[in-house]
Amino acid sequence: MTLSTLWFIVIGLLFSIFLFLEGFDFGVGMSTRFLARNDQERSAIMSSIGPHWDGNETWLVTAGGAMFASLPMWYASLFSGYYILFLLVLVGLILRGVSFEFHKHAESDTEKNIWMWTFFCGSLIAPFFLCMILLSMVQGIPIDAKGNATPSFFQVVNLLSIVGGVAGVLLSLVHGLNFIRLRLDGPLRDRARNLNKILYPILFLGEVVFALLVFFQTDFFTKRFASSLIITALIVLFSLLGYYGVLKNREGWSFIGSGLSLSMVIVLLFNGLFPRVMIATDPAHSILIKNAANSQYTLTIMTIVACILVPIVAIYFIWSYSLFTKRINPRENTVKY
Amino acid sequence: MLNVGLSIVSLARFQFAMTTVFHFFFVPFSIGMGFLVAVMETIYAVKKDKVYLDMAKFWGKIFLLSFAVGIVTGIIQEFQFGMNWSEYSRFMGDVFGAPLAIEALLAFFIESVFIGIWMFTWDRFRPGVHAFMIWMTSIGTMLSAIWILAANSFMQAPTGFKINNATGRIQLTDFGAVISNPQLWRAFPHVILAAFMTAGVVITGMSAWGLLRKKKNENHFFKTSLRFGLWASLIFAILSAGAGDLQTQQIITDQPMKFAATEGVYEDTKDPAPWTVVELIDAKNHKASGQVDVPGVLSILAYHKLSGSVKGMNTINKELHAKYDKKFGKDMNYYVPPKTLFWSFRVMTGFDALIMLTSIVGLVFSRKKKDTIESHKWMLVVLGICIWVPFIANSAGWFITEFGRYPWIVYGLFTIAQAVSPTSTVASLLFSNIVYFLLFTLLGGVMVVYSRRTLHHGPYYEEADSKQNVDPFAKEAFGK
Repeated sequence: MTLSTLWFIVIGLLFSIFLFLEGFDFGVGMSTRFLARNDQERSAIMSSIGPHWDGNETWLVTAGGAMFASLPMWYASLFSGYYILFLLVLVGLILRGVSFEFHKHAESDTEKNIWMWTFFCGSLIAPFFLCMILLSMVQGIPIDAKGNATPSFFQVVNLLSIVGGVAGVLLSLVHGLNFIRLRLDGPLRDRARNLNKILYPILFLGEVVFALLVFFQTDFFTKRFASSLIITALIVLFSLLGYYGVLKNREGWSFIGSGLSLSMVIVLLFNGLFPRVMIATDPAHSILIKNAANSQYTLTIMTIVACILVPIVAIYFIWSYSLFTKRINPRENTVKY
Repeated sequence: MLNVGLSIVSLARFQFAMTTVFHFFFVPFSIGMGFLVAVMETIYAVKKDKVYLDMAKFWGKIFLLSFAVGIVTGIIQEFQFGMNWSEYSRFMGDVFGAPLAIEALLAFFIESVFIGIWMFTWDRFRPGVHAFMIWMTSIGTMLSAIWILAANSFMQAPTGFKINNATGRIQLTDFGAVISNPQLWRAFPHVILAAFMTAGVVITGMSAWGLLRKKKNENHFFKTSLRFGLWASLIFAILSAGAGDLQTQQIITDQPMKFAATEGVYEDTKDPAPWTVVELIDAKNHKASGQVDVPGVLSILAYHKLSGSVKGMNTINKELHAKYDKKFGKDMNYYVPPKTLFWSFRVMTGFDALIMLTSIVGLVFSRKKKDTIESHKWMLVVLGICIWVPFIANSAGWFITEFGRYPWIVYGLFTIAQAVSPTSTVASLLFSNIVYFLLFTLLGGVMVVYSRRTLHHGPYYEEADSKQNVDPFAKEAFGK
């Protein structure tokens, strides 16, 4: 395996971790409207990710940085080609990012409401547009010989990309509710479970539609039938595991199930892309990993750096989670926002 | 219809300037604030003087506000290279990506994880252990500055690379040279010390406003904070000026045009070179008039001795044409925007001197055992207004750094016009510019309002607040 392929996998891994972690952040943000019934509950929900959201988002920043550092032709082509959608993702991330701190300083109910709504909207639009970008990209778009991508409106906004966006949002919401079941106490914990009892059947329907559309709209199943089928099955299986956890009230299983479902979506897309990074309508212009990659020298340095730093990051990252295990109860003094 | 004023390059440049300046409003402040709060908490951990705990908590709130805005505007920066400057990303990917990725892995994770721990564990750790969390955050912010400046320094003075003949792109050949770039190790101290100064000035200014409210129970708090801030402002204003002087020496070698423009020198100077305090610049005809000169000082600034002439922009322009015409053609304009650089430099250095002056006066007035500063209201008002000074000086410094590289995005190798995304359209850029402008206005406005509110409440607000609300069972929880 070449270093550039290794970095393609690393980027995929970083995006999977990002979706696993930030997925529940997004879902938690959405739960402020779909689950909470009053301001106190909303604050409690926000508190559950207070210490973690920034670290979770750093996985996205790292994935973007790794893309720039290892496969810059991909980074340049993707980010400039999906200009408006990336702008909307940014708006979402900015709005939800400042909501935490601003909500703390808000005094009147109106003010608190504003930052709760920006938290909600940001958490909704960021995953939606991010998934839309990914699902539009894998269908193949016009790319010129220099690698400039110019997707038309309907290549960006079409059935698969919208279904992908909605599925991403729904899966994040389910994942967020599973996280709330783990981290909160009191009525919210039970209500989150009850809501997921309703949401999971809808999610399964969504996943089937999603799988069918991927089958017809992309070349994943013609290029790599077996692996695509297995990974698609895994997405559904992990969702089933989550549903099992909901029915049997096993919160840990639910959380791991929904998280891995999200990660598997990235695995499906990266598996289908390989050995390309951007799929052009004219196959000759598709950008391949080997053409998108940096020099061997830079990749070697990056590999050494990553081998040293990633384990260290993982250790204190996990340790930081272990510090906050006490369940938050909206009625007790454990609410920080 | 939309031609001269709204070209894609100028819109993309405007956007980069706007997002960078806005981001750089909060970044130096956050870096400095994180460091000073860490110092406060350490003093508390060592001396067990409660006022330093109150200070760490209170100024920590301001730090968190600015940190939040700094992070979200930072993500824009990372995405922007791909979105607006895709040709740049392709050209520079081999060099630029590595520092950026290392910045994320090494710095962003430390700061984001430890700030999360720090803000929620005030009552869980011993003071020393809790101070460790803010130190980690602070170190994270500083590491982040090193790596992004490593990338920027390469753009100012490329080193450790070759041009790949097959692709025409930059190829990294010596990573060690990129991180030992002399530009980097002169820019970094200047930026970091200016950041510490920024936070010092803000703490001073806000404490001055706090003292003006004349609340008895807050007097000790704000007085201690004021003197803490004044010392920080003074020390770091002096140090950052010294670091800036060292950086100037490097710029004379690497980018003579930038230096000549900051001093408004068109024709080669006499020997020893006089320093121009002010002058009228005629950028179109490449000449200046009405100079107010101080003899010999420019030689001292440039070479640290009383002799030596400084090359003028007209000479440097000819040299650059001789050097680069083969590659970039005869029509290039190598003059950097002279007025912007000349005045930015005067604003930056003048404001730095102003901070030194107000800090010294403030320290004299607030000596222990003398309560003279409270009776000199004007002094407090001046210190309060000075809050804005370092922000303007920081922006001016960035203007010099970035505009002074014109017409290149990577000095001597790649022009700004070559760097822009070919897929960008005027419409999409105009749209994103408007979106960013509205967002920044909102974030900046809210940030100022909430900082003022925090100050208005004072350091003992929440303690009073939590004593009133002993009943955790608020009505709403039972309502439905």
